Amino acid sequence: MRRYSVFAIAREAMRAHKGWDQQWTSPEPRSSYDVIIVGAGGHGLGAAYYLAKEHGITNIAVIEKGWLGGGNTGRNTTIIRSNYLYEESMDIYEHSLKLWEGLSQDLNYNTMYSPRGVMMLSHNIHDQQSFKRHINANRLYGIDNEWLTPEQAKAFVPVLDIAKTARYPINGAALQRRGGTARHDAVAWGYARAAADRGVHIIQNCEVTGIRRGPAGEVQGVETSRGFIGAKKIGVSAAGHSSVVMEMAGVRVPLHSNPLQALVSEPLKPIFPCVVMSNTVHAYISQSDKGELVIGAGTDQYNSYSQTGGLQIITHTLDAICELFPIFRRVKMMRQWGGITDNTPDRSPIQGVTPVPGLFVNCGWGTGGFKATPGSANLFAHLIARGEPHRLAAGLNLDRFRTGRLIDEAAAAAVAH
Amino acid sequence: MLLIHCPYCEEDRSELEFRWAGEAHIARPENISAISDEEFAEYFFLRNNEKGLTYERWRHIHGCGRFFNAARDTVSDKFLMTYKAGLPKQPIPSEVKAEAIAEEKTVETWEATEGDAR
Repeated sequence: MRRYSVFAIAREAMRAHKGWDQQWTSPEPRSSYDVIIVGAGGHGLGAAYYLAKEHGITNIAVIEKGWLGGGNTGRNTTIIRSNYLYEESMDIYEHSLKLWEGLSQDLNYNTMYSPRGVMMLSHNIHDQQSFKRHINANRLYGIDNEWLTPEQAKAFVPVLDIAKTARYPINGAALQRRGGTARHDAVAWGYARAAADRGVHIIQNCEVTGIRRGPAGEVQGVETSRGFIGAKKIGVSAAGHSSVVMEMAGVRVPLHSNPLQALVSEPLKPIFPCVVMSNTVHAYISQSDKGELVIGAGTDQYNSYSQTGGLQIITHTLDAICELFPIFRRVKMMRQWGGITDNTPDRSPIQGVTPVPGLFVNCGWGTGGFKATPGSANLFAHLIARGEPHRLAAGLNLDRFRTGRLIDEAAAAAVAH
Repeated sequence: MLLIHCPYCEEDRSELEFRWAGEAHIARPENISAISDEEFAEYFFLRNNEKGLTYERWRHIHGCGRFFNAARDTVSDKFLMTYKAGLPKQPIPSEVKAEAIAEEKTVETWEATEGDAR
């Protein structure tokens, strides 16, 4: 792999940019691999990269039904933060945030991670108590998070309306300054390039149609639209389709797949300096480096794989955005899309071993998987290589629904689920 | 927004009047204190999450207030049928299946049939 650098740009500028090579190859699948990962999103590609980099396993295939980064990796609102309430959540999201901070250098790929701050608006006394509880829990755990008065919030985001006469008046905000955004496609591309460079096969347009198991129940490989591919270890990282893939191995996972929508506006001059989220009115917004306002809406109430979502959901969100930021009332929205999120009953992810020997699962990231990409991938690689979870991900096991040791971020949610 | 037929009101109404209420035809074990942790997890947490035909409950919360069952395609979001609570799982009539395929899985929305477009 040729390294990207300022010298490479200068050299190519002299040669009419004819010397750039392909970022990753599209090899024919081998008959078998040491590890197969199902799903070439950020989590799956990242796991392959860390398996190769940190665990010395390079005979890996990442199998993808569509194109890499074409699922939720390419459909989210790119928000990164780690201000969760419970230790199990803080462990993994903070691990992830720390990896974000050095990810561009590690991958030699500009992921455009921008720690511009994530602000959560409080509209009532319940919000205020809940956010202060989060802030205290975070700070005791060594994670930055601070309380702002409405005036301080306004100073941070000048376009915010803090009038007491507003429909949903703001009585304060929680701010995590290290939170922010990153370029979602670049994360998938960066991991794909770095993984391919270490010998990982990325096999796109290849749908997994079955998981073959041996006499003792252990996995032997996957049936795909391009034939059987063998492997002793399979990691499933299939986001909204995790239930479908796990069912092929006879494993039921407690997931609901729901559409979650986002939309972007026409490009504007820089006006919005951070990410603002509001639980109560259910809206979140940031501005991309291209200038578009990136707005996230809620999930539909029913199970669906439609990747669209109802119009009333985004209408509701835009009502809220117009209330909070009256200056945006005449901004035109350009595109809208939906992704399929996989939600668990306690709204915390599942990463761990399964009852099937050799089969590992990474799913249930629900509406917040993007921020976790590096951390989740890193710990999933550890799980696959060692056969047991890393300390930081030990609480995320599938068994918690039997033991009752839930990580109930649903009740404690810092975001509106 | 979905257009949903309430089998009690016998009317097609917008999704705003309804609440989704999870998978249909799940019976609470009568000996709940005697069942194992595995069985309880199965009953309490594990749900079908089909890609395709699913049987689910809805509640007409801003209408008659009653629960009913529905068969829906989770890829197109099209309702194949709704029926009253308490009835056993209903097979999909063959003409409904044929019609769903013929419509090439277009989504029937409230906006198209009741809203401004009408």
